[in-house]
Amino acid sequence: MEFDPFVLSRIQFALNISFHILFPTITIGLGYFLLFFRIRFTQTQDPHWEFIYAFWVKVFALTFALGVVTGIVMSFQFGTNWPGFMEKVGNIAGPLLGYEVLTAFFLEASFLGIMLFGKSRVSNRLHLIATSIVTLGTTLSAFWILSLNSWMQTPTGFTYENGIMIAESWSAVIFNPSFPYRFAHMMVASLITASFLVAGVSAWRVLKGVDGPATMKVLRVAIIAAAVLTPTQVLLGDLHGLNTLKYQPAKIAAMEAVWETEKGAALTLFGFPDEEARTTHGAIKIPKLGSLILTHEWDGEIKGLNDFDGKHPPVAPVFWAFRVMVGLGMLMLLVSWACCWQFWRKGSINRFSQRVLFTMTFSGWVAVLAGWYVTEIGRQPWMVTGLVTTAEVVADHSSGILITTLSAYFAMYAFLLYSYIRAIFYMSSKPAQSLQRMHNYGIPGKHPEDRAYSPINSK
Amino acid sequence: METALPLIFVSIMGLSLLLYVILDGYDLGVGLLLPLADDDEKDVMIASIGPFWDANETWIVMGIGVLLIAFPSAHGIILTELYLPATIMLLGLILRGVAFDFRVKAGSDKKAMWNRIFFIGSLVASMAQGWMLGSYITGLSGSLTNTVFSILIALCLPALYCVLGATWLLIKTEGELFAKAVGWARKSVLPMALGLFFVSIATPMVSKVIAERWFQLPNFIGLLPIPIASAIALVLLAVLLRRDVDSLRTLNPWFLFICPVIVCLMAALGLAYSIFPDIIIGQMTIWEAASHTSALMFTFYGICIALPCIILYTIFIYRVFSGKATALSYD
Repeated sequence: MEFDPFVLSRIQFALNISFHILFPTITIGLGYFLLFFRIRFTQTQDPHWEFIYAFWVKVFALTFALGVVTGIVMSFQFGTNWPGFMEKVGNIAGPLLGYEVLTAFFLEASFLGIMLFGKSRVSNRLHLIATSIVTLGTTLSAFWILSLNSWMQTPTGFTYENGIMIAESWSAVIFNPSFPYRFAHMMVASLITASFLVAGVSAWRVLKGVDGPATMKVLRVAIIAAAVLTPTQVLLGDLHGLNTLKYQPAKIAAMEAVWETEKGAALTLFGFPDEEARTTHGAIKIPKLGSLILTHEWDGEIKGLNDFDGKHPPVAPVFWAFRVMVGLGMLMLLVSWACCWQFWRKGSINRFSQRVLFTMTFSGWVAVLAGWYVTEIGRQPWMVTGLVTTAEVVADHSSGILITTLSAYFAMYAFLLYSYIRAIFYMSSKPAQSLQRMHNYGIPGKHPEDRAYSPINSK
Repeated sequence: METALPLIFVSIMGLSLLLYVILDGYDLGVGLLLPLADDDEKDVMIASIGPFWDANETWIVMGIGVLLIAFPSAHGIILTELYLPATIMLLGLILRGVAFDFRVKAGSDKKAMWNRIFFIGSLVASMAQGWMLGSYITGLSGSLTNTVFSILIALCLPALYCVLGATWLLIKTEGELFAKAVGWARKSVLPMALGLFFVSIATPMVSKVIAERWFQLPNFIGLLPIPIASAIALVLLAVLLRRDVDSLRTLNPWFLFICPVIVCLMAALGLAYSIFPDIIIGQMTIWEAASHTSALMFTFYGICIALPCIILYTIFIYRVFSGKATALSYD
């Protein structure tokens, strides 16, 4: 069987970046949770916040390590597989990546040492500052990388000099039209992913009876965060959609499988897009709703796929990925509000909800990946929208060597993903390490954590 | 500015890669020495590099990043040519990096496995780096002699890392482990010195361009301090290590660590002279490969502000975690 090196390079890049993004997605969001736990502890001196922090900082450390090492692959991939990309747009993409290294990577990598191992070596204040710096670093990293990605989607601020693309205005490059929406959407996605991870793992700890009141406390924090964040995300997603319709109409047409340009387009809830036949089989449609959602007008015009001269993304993957993302988003909204209701009425959640939350531990990952597939597959056939196609920048490797490296990466990532999830639940199956040293807190009790529980300090 | 900027960037790239070799070199060296220690000592060894490795590894991202930003066409050619060793190195670095966390978080029954993975990752990464360096020096062409030369470096670089790792452990450990580290340092000095010697002889033999740059008067005389300084550093290290363990305990261990660092520094200077003004030997000069001035200027502002900060807070972190390593704890 003959494999196309171009397709293999794309699969390899997709594999590397998909695996990489899982971990930053968690650390970006979890950083803010850790910061919250630390601040609450500093304010209240309630040891529960300390326990919660002590447990989740370990998950953070593990996730961070995976994010760092898989991120290094990314900095090599541009050269090893897509040399044409840097040759064509290097004068713009290069500095943005450079700023990520300079302002984010060193910051987070350096202060992580203090955040993880420095608690007994520095003051509480300095430790708090180190935790904030690491969190800031992860956000800065997202800022630069999303700026570059958004520029590839909606390039502005460039000009040509002797046939070479250079930046005309750096602020126009960095703050390109889709950047604010994409950055906000991704930040909230990270926070939601972290919320469901924290909620899912905590629910599992409650189900298994690993430890007592502190876990319910963190569960409540995660649920409230999710209940606030998911509607925010729906709103941001809507704004992002309006922006995409303006700048990348072909992507919207593929997301909604709109074949012919029409006014007052229907919303296809479900169906099987067929690119050969240029139609969607078995479509379940709601009249007018498509235009209403996408343009905020009953009779708004949606440009159809047939009007893009064949230069539109593959329809089925974008259409499906979008439905997976939105579907999961709705489920998250429902679950977080239902759990919030229970907390409000009863002060805790029932076992069924705990099981649901446990099942949804990694739902954020699926939604984030689906969202990225919508936006990245939706950009095809372009590498930089309207300027550079993906096919013209690929490196010239034989398919044999690509299959070898692709298999090696795949095997490695499968092994790491398995180990990661196992390690998280292994850590969750034990009470946090600080619980073993209750005497430090001078608190009595039977179960290690119960010793900390008294009506006064458990607000 | 148009002539100066590429020079500035190539210096920053060289400096980053040199820092990477020294800093992650001791991390990788500790990884290579790991199987020789018993279980408790392994924990101390990892603890001695735990707070630092992440930032240390960032220097290679910086080095490759500057290559990408400032010399995009060279970045493309070099990394396309080095596709296989680069991929192997990345797999090694991934394994080593995740093993740091998994060995203490995946459960005690898995610890031995992750310790082994830590060692394997370190070995694979260091050898692949040697292979990459070898191919780069020989102008990225894959003839038989060049391959042999690359293999030679692939074998020598781990020896250098072992010396760095062992002398780092002299700074960070005490007691029985200190004595062991002295033994490891003693054993790895000779392979490193021999390796360095052969590589120095072989380099002008495999590369005509480098031979021409070195062996002409008066340049050769001007360059003599480079090999002489390396030789002095090596001899000094060997002499210091001949003392018995107890007198070494009273010696400031930084003297021992600084010796292989000087060797790295001299090797880097020698290499820089050999390659300059090319970025790919005999094919492309720094200026031919450089990005547009506007891109370089914009990044340069960032570097002027960020680099001093990075250096300052790196020093701060080393001060916070100074002294002998104790078991790592999150409390």
